[in-house]
Order: sequence, then structure tokens, then C-alpha cells
Amino acid sequence: MIVDVQGLRKAYRDNVVLDGVDLHVPEGSVYALLGPNGAGKTTTIRILTTLTRPDAGQVLVAGHDVVREPAKVRARISLTGQYAAVDNEQTGRENLVMIGRLMHLGPAAARRRAMQLLERFDLVEAMNRRVSAYSGGMRRRLDLAMSLVAEPRVIFLDEPTTGLDPASRTTMWDAISDLVRAGTTIVLTTQYLEEADKLADWIVLIDNGRVSLSGTADSLKAQVGGERLELTFDDEGSALRAGELLGGTVDRERRLLDLPSDGSAAHVHTVLNNLYAARVPVARVSAHRPTLDDVFMTATKNRTLERANA
Amino acid sequence: MTTTAIRHGGLGNAISDALTMIGRSIRLSRRDVETLMMAILLPLLMMSLFVYVFGGAINTGVEYINYVVPGTILLCVGYGAASTAMAVADDMNNGMIDRLRSMPISSFALLTGHVVASMAKNALSTAIVIGTAIAMGFRPNGSVVDWLLTAGLLALYVLALSWLAAGLGAVARSVQAASGLSFFMLFLPYLSSAFVPPGTMPAFLRVISENQPITPVIETTRGLLTGTPIGDNGWTALVWTAGLLLFSFILATALYRRRISR
Repeated sequence: MIVDVQGLRKAYRDNVVLDGVDLHVPEGSVYALLGPNGAGKTTTIRILTTLTRPDAGQVLVAGHDVVREPAKVRARISLTGQYAAVDNEQTGRENLVMIGRLMHLGPAAARRRAMQLLERFDLVEAMNRRVSAYSGGMRRRLDLAMSLVAEPRVIFLDEPTTGLDPASRTTMWDAISDLVRAGTTIVLTTQYLEEADKLADWIVLIDNGRVSLSGTADSLKAQVGGERLELTFDDEGSALRAGELLGGTVDRERRLLDLPSDGSAAHVHTVLNNLYAARVPVARVSAHRPTLDDVFMTATKNRTLERANA
Repeated sequence: MTTTAIRHGGLGNAISDALTMIGRSIRLSRRDVETLMMAILLPLLMMSLFVYVFGGAINTGVEYINYVVPGTILLCVGYGAASTAMAVADDMNNGMIDRLRSMPISSFALLTGHVVASMAKNALSTAIVIGTAIAMGFRPNGSVVDWLLTAGLLALYVLALSWLAAGLGAVARSVQAASGLSFFMLFLPYLSSAFVPPGTMPAFLRVISENQPITPVIETTRGLLTGTPIGDNGWTALVWTAGLLLFSFILATALYRRRISR
């Protein structure tokens, strides 16, 4: 495990932010911390990157303890925070060379490394322009490039695409996928389920300072059930009759029948044939695959119920 | 991987980190033209205002332009310090500090960079003030030694104020807050012998004016450059400035450590 966290706790005065978090990240994987605002995602990243000291628990990153050997951890990781940490009044190239110099690369090597990264992140054309003239997507790409100057073993990305337009988001996703192919381990936080679904090998849902669910995207989706078919009718009577005929759950108000399905065309065909034979007119048909949204909603709903019962 | 062989830490690397950050801060302040212009033009404007508008009504016993130059230089230092506090606050609040602290370097180089850039900025603004003043009729008569002593004293004063500014920037939760905290550095020169002799002030202001660090620094500079009597002011200025430097450095270091403490 390149990142190994056991029983991590952190509180600010009476406010418990992390209440016993365990994380086990295998080398070369993409690990996503998912959760609503204030769930403790950023605090977790800050502790893993040595910026914040944990109250309790053991945190090993690249084989070193973040509290006892922060310098060794820092030499093996990089952090791309929520806000692009780039100097607006330096050019893209100057920003990269500065980081190279701070990583003690030597002037020529720092310049060479900067050029490589500018090429890789499609910033060569803009390299001598000040960052203040860059688009949001270019700033994030530069920010990520700055994190790669020293070829870290683990990259921490705190909400890497928050606030980006869809095109820039896709570009960031491609850049992250390239890193994974090169064998780098990535730990990222996100509020976007789609992002976790697309990028992550393993997803951890953090809620209220605890890990409330974890697994692969598919296993999490399986936890909320299989695919469903949704039939809408013109009137309540039809919906009820269809329910008697086919089973499933009727939503009288919305004139809707919710049926479990295997997702095949043959099943849709059978359902519609049966309704046609019984002369029950159907207005609309839609198929639903469970999404991480459903997982997310189910998990947070359960918590609300638990609270109400407590 | 090629980079694993690179060693971090050690004095050589600490110096190299500081130089990198100094280069960065100088580049950033050189490019922040608006702030730089404000920090130089505003004191020049004040100097013109005092010389051409109020100066005629102020009796200093000497040609007013000769009286007002040291105060204008110190006013400039105050503006420069305020912009340094803002630059530090910007780094502390926009994520740059997190990036640096997650790297295997001493993040203290950040403050060193800002303080040295502040010295360079002040050297420039002082030269501009003196040049403009000479064009307006300022006639210094100090010897080379007098000029060197002046430069030394001013450098010490600028260094002290820059560290103080760095400390204020380190605690400020925003750039605006840093600007607010630096207000007293802009205001203090007015309550000194910068523009009017303290003898003309009401008693309680005179007490403040005669016992704050800016007055002896101004009196010494004025004496060295234009030959007015210095008296005890030389030593008082030196003790004040050295004390302020020590205090500011310790304060800035402590505030910075506290801000980044995990």
C-alpha cells in the first residue's frame, strides 16, 4: 500500500472533522474520496500531504510516517490544491522553472524539465505569456504540470476540475489518465460522481468524518440495486391496472410504474406487448441504470434516517 | 526515476531556495506596476503638496524642500511595507503556501524572498524621491560618508519595517486585511517631524512625535544630508531601528510559524 491510513482522527476544538478513517491505496491506482462539502475530504488530503497534523491514527505515505518524517514524504509526493497555486504575474514557463529550481534540479535541468511539461500539457504556445492571461483550464493544466516537475510517486489532487467548463474538464481527465498509465498513484477528492465513476479504481464515500461506503464504482452501484424500467401513463387508472398486470411499484401521483429489469431489449418488448394486449396505453418508457448519484443519495438518506431514529 | 538521487536540505540548498524566492518576489513586484506606481507616486504627490501648497506657511527655519525630503522617503518606506504585507498575505491565502509547504524545502524562503524584494523596491523609490526633490530645488550638502551613513540607516529601517510587514502579512486572513493592518505604518510619519516641527503640535501629540522611532530617523537623515544639528538623534535612531528590526524579525518568524503550524 503506497498510502496506508489507520484510525485517522482530527478535530478542531469541539468540531470533529475526521472520526476514525481507514484508507488503503495500492500503488498505481486512482483512489477517489467522494463526499459533500464539509465531509472531511480536504482535511484528509492536508494530513496526507503533511500540511496538517493528525490528532490520532497512523498515516504512512510512500512508506514514511507523515508526522515523524514529513520531509521524506514531501520528497515523494505532490499536491495540487483546490485553488490553482500559480503566480499570475509570472509566465507559465517561469512558474515551472521556479518549481524546478526549488526541487534543486539545477538551472539547465529545470529549464529542460519545464519545456517537457509545457509540451506535454499543450502550453508551449502560451509559455511566455503571463498566467493572468490564461483560461481556467490552462491554469489548472499548468498547476498540474507544476506538481509533476519532480516526478512524484503519489499525486494528491483536491477537486481538480471544480469550476471548469466541460471541455476543460475532459482535458484534465485525459491528463490524469495519462499519469495513471505512467504508473503514478493518484488520490483525488471530488464532489462530482461522474468524475469518480470515470477515473477511479476505488471510491470511498466520506460523510460526516467517516467512511460510509467504499468499493469499485460497479460494486457501489450494485449495492443500490439493478436496472429499472420506468413507465409513464396518461391517467392514474392505467398506471394501477399496469401495476396489477406486471407487478412493480406504482407512483399514483406521477402516474408512473417502476419495474425491475435486466436491461435487455427483450424485456422491454415483453412488457410493452403485455400492456398492448391488455389495452393499457403507455405514454413514455425510460430505462434507468443505477448511477453513483443513487449510491450517494441512498447513503446520505440512510444517515438522515439513522439520525431521526436516534 | 532520475530525481530520487537529488538531495534536499543543507545550507547550500537553503541559500539556493532563498535566491529562487528572491528572484520570484522581485519579478512579481516589478510586474505589479500599479502597486509600484502607487507606492512611489503617492509620496511624491504628498511632497509636492507640502512643498508648493502648505510649505510656504510652515516655518522650519530652513528651505522647506530641504526639510521635507527625509520625511517623504520614510513615507515611501511605509507604502512599500504595506505592499509587502499585501504580497505576503496573498501567498498565505491563495494556495502558494500549501504548494511550498508540501515540497521538501524550507518554506521560510518565502518570507526571505519578500523582504529582500522589499529592500530592492525601497532602494528604487528612495532614489526616485531624491532625484525628484533635487529637480524641485533640494540642495543636500552631505559628504560621501554622510550619504553612506544615511544609506546604512535607511537600509536598517527598511529592513525592520519589511520584516514587520512580512509578519503582518503572515497573520492577515486576506490581502485587504493586510492592507488594513499596515495602516499605522502609513500614518505614523505624519505624527513625526516629517512635515512640521513637533514644537508646533499640541502637547500630547508632541509627546508622541518626539518619542516615536520615525522622528530620530528623520532628524538624523536631515542632519546628515543638509547639515542641520543631529544631537542625540543619531544614537536614538540607531537604537530604535536595531531594536525594531530585532522585534520585527522575531515577531514575523513567530507569527509565520504559528500560521503554518500543523
